[in-house]
Amino acid sequence: MSPTGVSKTFNPEDYRGDFPVLSEKVYGKSLVYLDNAATTQKPRPVIETISRFYSRENANIHRGVFCLSEQATHSYESARIKVQRFINAASTREVVFVRGTTDAVNLVAGSFSKAFLKPGDEILITHLEHHSNIVPWQMACETTGAVLKVAPVNELGEVILDEFEKMLTSKTKIAAVAHVSNALGTVNPVREMIRLAHAKQVPVLLDGAQAVPHPKVDVQDLDCDFYAFSGHKMFGPTGIGVLYGKEQWLEKMPPVQGGGDMIRTVSLTQTTYNELPYKFEAGTPHIVGVIALGSAVDYLQQVGLDKIQAYEKELLDYATKSLLKIPGLKILGQARDKASVISFILGEAHAHDIGTILDREGIAIRAGHHCAMPIMDFFKVAATARASFAFYNTHQEVDALAAALQKVQEVFR
Amino acid sequence: MSDELRELYQEVILDHNKKPRNFVQLKPPAESSEGYNPLCGDRLTIYLQVRNGKVEDIGFQGAGCAISKASASMMTVAVKGRTILEVNDLFDAFHRVVSGGGSETDFEKLGSLKALAGVSEFPARVKCASLAWHTLKSGLNHTDTPATTE
Repeated sequence: MSPTGVSKTFNPEDYRGDFPVLSEKVYGKSLVYLDNAATTQKPRPVIETISRFYSRENANIHRGVFCLSEQATHSYESARIKVQRFINAASTREVVFVRGTTDAVNLVAGSFSKAFLKPGDEILITHLEHHSNIVPWQMACETTGAVLKVAPVNELGEVILDEFEKMLTSKTKIAAVAHVSNALGTVNPVREMIRLAHAKQVPVLLDGAQAVPHPKVDVQDLDCDFYAFSGHKMFGPTGIGVLYGKEQWLEKMPPVQGGGDMIRTVSLTQTTYNELPYKFEAGTPHIVGVIALGSAVDYLQQVGLDKIQAYEKELLDYATKSLLKIPGLKILGQARDKASVISFILGEAHAHDIGTILDREGIAIRAGHHCAMPIMDFFKVAATARASFAFYNTHQEVDALAAALQKVQEVFR
Repeated sequence: MSDELRELYQEVILDHNKKPRNFVQLKPPAESSEGYNPLCGDRLTIYLQVRNGKVEDIGFQGAGCAISKASASMMTVAVKGRTILEVNDLFDAFHRVVSGGGSETDFEKLGSLKALAGVSEFPARVKCASLAWHTLKSGLNHTDTPATTE
């Protein structure tokens, strides 16, 4: 990094122009968008795909024999191949399109529990999960009589691996773990956790909402049994996400929704289900969402995932150093391996007051419990302020954040 | 800093945030009511001692942002000693003012509570200012479910 705080290896300015919203003004000030853990901005190719599809290509898929429908089906299934290669799934049969990470976790929690859980069985999660990787499992426990176990974290916001291992017992039927914590940025040692779980024949679901596309995800290399992620956190549309599942599991799991597309034959007395992945895709899907997700994958690969990861790490280090210089600022979650998320508290100032003051400087951050109330309780705070970075964020934007936080301090002196 | 921000975080509000008044738990027979803002996690408890249709004593406890804490503190000062009818009237006036629809009479009624009028420029923060008031109202109505601003 040069003294002016500009990376030599990666220049975000080369890409900022691809994101129209980044040139917007807020209260007359340039938008500084630092809420990427909540949702990322969309590059032009994604926006154009959506507009082009609805302007010129719209038709339903897997049905019509006419030109547009065949084209739409082709675009939809091509996007599935793109996603399959992006996460290195063994086959497109293992790539199920869903509404998002929440939908994916709910699908597994509902279907897996129906197939495999009985009273007294255990489901293992960790203390730093997002509500969407807690509540579906609590609901599964309610319907099956299974018991939810929670692996603890340490003061740095890291899962205590020894404890996690101890909690994997002969009763454990599935473990569900965040790849990256949305509230703290902790990157969990998922490879090791999966190894430990598999040693006890326990399958593992990874909540990858916050991970994709920050570290490169290779589901076969990780050897996870399920991987859930959202399109909108990887520069794609909202309302579309992916459930990856190993075929051996998905084959044994019942569908959670009945309807069109998920059937092979239907009579009034009996129905046979379609093959994977369609068994889990009832009804007309979010066609354009899937196709635009494919465009987001293309775009990310053009930018380069390795370059993105290296730059985000550099930006995180720079931001961490800049923020720690501010008196009274405390960063929650200081895991050794962290994604580009900084959750912090600042003296007496409440996160919402910080958020409001920053907003008037054009700086968008998240303030609140980040849908992860249990980990907030662990740190004995009701809320934190959270800045989260994407590859289009700059060192100057970090400087703007630090300067605005000084203003917050002036107010709450 | 913008004028709206200066208006929002004016001295009197910062002062009530730092040194909240009536920040005490009242013992029974005082009744308590809970307020919770699920969006941000702000929680507060209001303790009420009503006698002969009058708020004889009031206290509060809880944690939240500067706006919610200052609003609760200022509210306790404003309603202490008033009749329930007067409190209800004040509630309505306060509600109209922080939502940006207050009349001149409303502003007059509010007295020092006027300091919170700046919240109307910050739609996301109106709930912070009104949480204490909703909690007070549910206390006066003897409802058992926690008050929310949703």
